[in-house]
Amino acid sequence: MDRMLYVAMTGAKETLLAQGAVNHNMANGNTTGFLADLQQFRSMPVFGAGHPTRVYAMSERPQTDGTPGTMDRTGRDLDVAVKGGGWIAVQGPDGREAYTRRGDLEIDVNGRLTNGEGLPVMGNSGPIALPPFDKIEIGADGTVSIRPKGELGDALAQVDRIRLVKTPEGGFEKGLDGLMRPKDGQPLPADADQRLVSGALVASNVDMVGEMVHMIELSRRFELQVQMMKTAEQTASSSASLLRPV
Amino acid sequence: MYPALWIAKTGLDAEQTRMATISNNLANVNTTGFKRDRAVFEDLVYQNVRQVGASSSEETTLPSGLAIGTGVRTVATQKLHTQGNIQHTNNSFDVAIQGGGYFQILHPDGTVAYTRDGSFSLDQDGRIVNANGYPLEPSITVPANTTSVTIGSDGTVSALVAGNTSPTQIGSISLVQFINPTGLEALGGNLYRQSAASGDPEEGTPGRDGLGTLIQGALESSNVNVVEELVNMIETQRAYEMNSKAISTTDQMLAYVTNQL
Repeated sequence: MDRMLYVAMTGAKETLLAQGAVNHNMANGNTTGFLADLQQFRSMPVFGAGHPTRVYAMSERPQTDGTPGTMDRTGRDLDVAVKGGGWIAVQGPDGREAYTRRGDLEIDVNGRLTNGEGLPVMGNSGPIALPPFDKIEIGADGTVSIRPKGELGDALAQVDRIRLVKTPEGGFEKGLDGLMRPKDGQPLPADADQRLVSGALVASNVDMVGEMVHMIELSRRFELQVQMMKTAEQTASSSASLLRPV
Repeated sequence: MYPALWIAKTGLDAEQTRMATISNNLANVNTTGFKRDRAVFEDLVYQNVRQVGASSSEETTLPSGLAIGTGVRTVATQKLHTQGNIQHTNNSFDVAIQGGGYFQILHPDGTVAYTRDGSFSLDQDGRIVNANGYPLEPSITVPANTTSVTIGSDGTVSALVAGNTSPTQIGSISLVQFINPTGLEALGGNLYRQSAASGDPEEGTPGRDGLGTLIQGALESSNVNVVEELVNMIETQRAYEMNSKAISTTDQMLAYVTNQL
């Protein structure tokens, strides 16, 4: 049986999967600190005996776009944005250290500093926990200072420092929980050169117009694949009619 | 069935929630003591369609897999407890908090609720009540024939009764604060209630322990910034349109299959 139909079918199927990835990026156009997933197709040759024509397409996510999103000013004390391409270390849902650009920090009822997703922010040694305080300040280098409860204005105490890291040599990989981890899985050392801006948030880095264009391209490519499937059907039916006894 | 459709649908849902939040903020632009909300989004978990490192032949492995995210989710609407502007009204029962802290109001169900709205007045028994008629906690009663009431910056309430030459102290307003004010549950009517996330209230004298001072004859206006909300609204609207475009494009792709094959 002719495999043309199947080659075209996988093309259409993978295009629909790729459309899912594009829709995911567009859905997260307003998610704080979101990083767009890149999408590409790979050709998977399946050559057998005879003429080598069977090359299937395969959609994949080679990388995550690491360019920093724009900084939105919010004016809230606990909103922090990492300047340039730095990352904030948090404790992922699996207990391992992971990295994010999301800096909409909060203080939970136990005095732990968490981000908007509820993940504890890492300090010099483990998650940052704050004693009771009257006022909190987050410095440009990530130092967290508090005015302890009942103390006077000049009694600022430095509690911890938010662990800021830079992109590792080998690059990051986005896990299934949407957090970034280095490919070798080892925690990264703190980088003293990273700077925070207080009162701002890093917006999603999705290029909405680019995604729209990608979406149109995928939809046209999909139609092309379907057209090929139709052609395969027509070819099959005309060869069937040729062989029909008159 | 078709993940692409559902993923785009989560985008529409999220933008709609954000729009509702913005509308609520704009509607409350003149509500005394109102704190604006912000919708907080997170990306939904990724589905591993093809594992990275799977073998593509006997000797080779795939350098990258395919993990498709499943869209976006609204985690929470977060109240932003930043200070609103102080507006002078010269009404002696209007009190604004300059700094942190909340007034305590005795809710009709017997619990204590908290508010930043200091537009108080007197009820028929002379008690200080809020705009809904709920009494201030601890209760302060202004005696009859009072000519003027003074509320000090530390919360001391004194009344000058007709016939007297010096005012007498009739009570004091205390404030409470929370470790995580964002965790307070909004009850409506400018009131908040403590929750497991906010922690327990810590009562104190205004002006001490990080609590704000009281200003008599002034009200704290809403902290909604109209321009910022309008910019957010434009952003939300465009994002909504693009997500609905994503749905219609996916729909057209599927329609093309049914029409052509």
